[in-house]
Amino acid sequence: MADWLTVAMPKGRIFHEAVELLRKADYPLPPEFEDSRKLIIEIEEAKMRFILAKPMDVPTYVEHGVADIGIAGKDVMLEEERVVYEVLDLNISECHLAVAGLAGAERKSFAPKIATKYPNVAAKYFREQGEQVEIIHLNGSIELAPMIGLADRIVDIVSTGRTLKENGLVELENIMTITSRLIVNPASYRMKAEMIDELVERLKNVVAWKGEATGEDFSLNR
Amino acid sequence: MSKPFVFEKPIGMRDTLPPLYETRRNLRERMMNEIRLWGYELIQTPTLEYYDTVGEKSAILDRQLFKLLDMDGQTLVLRPDMTAPIARVISSTMKQIPYPIRLAYHSSVFRAQQREGGRPAEFEQVGVELIGDGTTSADAEVIALMISALKEAGLTDFKIAIGHIGVIDELFKASLRQEDERKELRRYLYEKNYVGYLQLIRKLSLRADDSNRLKELLHLRGNREVLQKAEQIVSTEKGQKALKELGHLLDVLDVHGVKDYITFDFTLISHMHYYTGIVFEGYTSGFGFPIASGGRYDQLLKEFGRSGDAIGFGVHLDDLTEALNVIQDDQVEVCIIYSKEKRNQAIKMAEEKRKEGKKTVLQEFSSIGNVERFASRFQHVIYVVGEKGGGDTHG
Repeated sequence: MADWLTVAMPKGRIFHEAVELLRKADYPLPPEFEDSRKLIIEIEEAKMRFILAKPMDVPTYVEHGVADIGIAGKDVMLEEERVVYEVLDLNISECHLAVAGLAGAERKSFAPKIATKYPNVAAKYFREQGEQVEIIHLNGSIELAPMIGLADRIVDIVSTGRTLKENGLVELENIMTITSRLIVNPASYRMKAEMIDELVERLKNVVAWKGEATGEDFSLNR
Repeated sequence: MSKPFVFEKPIGMRDTLPPLYETRRNLRERMMNEIRLWGYELIQTPTLEYYDTVGEKSAILDRQLFKLLDMDGQTLVLRPDMTAPIARVISSTMKQIPYPIRLAYHSSVFRAQQREGGRPAEFEQVGVELIGDGTTSADAEVIALMISALKEAGLTDFKIAIGHIGVIDELFKASLRQEDERKELRRYLYEKNYVGYLQLIRKLSLRADDSNRLKELLHLRGNREVLQKAEQIVSTEKGQKALKELGHLLDVLDVHGVKDYITFDFTLISHMHYYTGIVFEGYTSGFGFPIASGGRYDQLLKEFGRSGDAIGFGVHLDDLTEALNVIQDDQVEVCIIYSKEKRNQAIKMAEEKRKEGKKTVLQEFSSIGNVERFASRFQHVIYVVGEKGGGDTHG
């Protein structure tokens, strides 16, 4: 498989937009691609092999080199801090990371609790704000935490804000804008340089730029 | 009651069983032979060093250091690399030995893996340091030797990416006025975050030609033609000089016969502020991590009190073994299975076989449970049993 590219795709929210983008870049993904329950799909004519992973796991597959490239949200990149190249902002699945809480709830000043899927990101954000909080790690339905009294606030991604609203939560702080990124394994970046450069160029040409700067990128190590 | 820790090991610690041990030993010997042929002398340094000397000066991140306290409360570290200990030796016990000095090592180094398994926390490095020589010839020698050693180990499909810290510094100095801007941009490269790098350039609202040059840096990857491209971007005198040197380096590597393994990559930053000139990393297909790395570190020796230009490489032997993916199953050649009354005869026979240079196991019959299974572990089994005497041989 030395002349094949293995691509880690995130299942769920980003998947359809990512597939669309690859099709726009003339990669021949068959129509049944989206409906398949297979975890590995090979596309002979493009010499590409797609693996369908949990979004949070995409950078892990790429870091270990079992996938050459992958598509991952910036939220996942910040949380996981994997050693991979982040080569292109695909500008799809835009949303933002936010702090939210129950509407009208009073701020607790003693040991406030924050529930989140992103414990690293949340801890660093509040440290930068100079606020001491306790982080509680949840795997999903984060909105539940303040409603039922597990936490005072949450840190989560917000796209339309509907889920928050329907559950009586309001956004308190916007942490940063999140888009999906094309990521590359450092060894593959050298050993398969031509194939990867071509893919990057083809994607670059179809990425929708809404004008200039999409805001400052945020490095957690600073 | 919780289960005892009998089977557990700290994260990233591994056992090396006989087949893997043999494989690794074989690779190590092949590489060390090559390194010795180039005149490098082997050195060993202690496993424990002071945090204040070796720990702080090493290129390894602080959170990756294993730290412990000695009886006086001094912080010690398990050596995270071999370069800093060698720098310490060069400035102390080897102070009288004139430069240049060529040293080599094969040693375990320790780097804590806090998150999860999958990467070793203790692994063996095979490497060299060429100290007291700042020339392009020294750069070329170290890279050529690394390539030779990898080839000796049996690696075929690999590439060495070479970058140069000086070129990046010069470009940044020419295009950015503020030191903190340069540092921030440099950090994005170090974190391999091109998206962040480009966003910062846009945010800084630079002059169009400055911003274009900085963007162009990301495309400076490839063969010799990249050097020409780089010359148009990096206009300062020092930058041009560094690029000329890289051209010479490629010429010398050509003479060494290893040019085809080389690719330039000016985005390569292996460390925020350790290396001072060229940096390089070796990759092989089918393996996701660099199997070898190195660079020029002209400022480190000074920290230990004896200035000197230096360059070195380290090959990650465990990763190389995994990447090569050939496990050597060195079966013991002969096994003599004997019954007690034939012991003397069996011992004499084993002596003979060992004299012939054959690895020979001597095993009394009565201790074996399943003879067939036991015998299958050897290439050749000789039975010295029974009343009639003489050896009954089975292949």
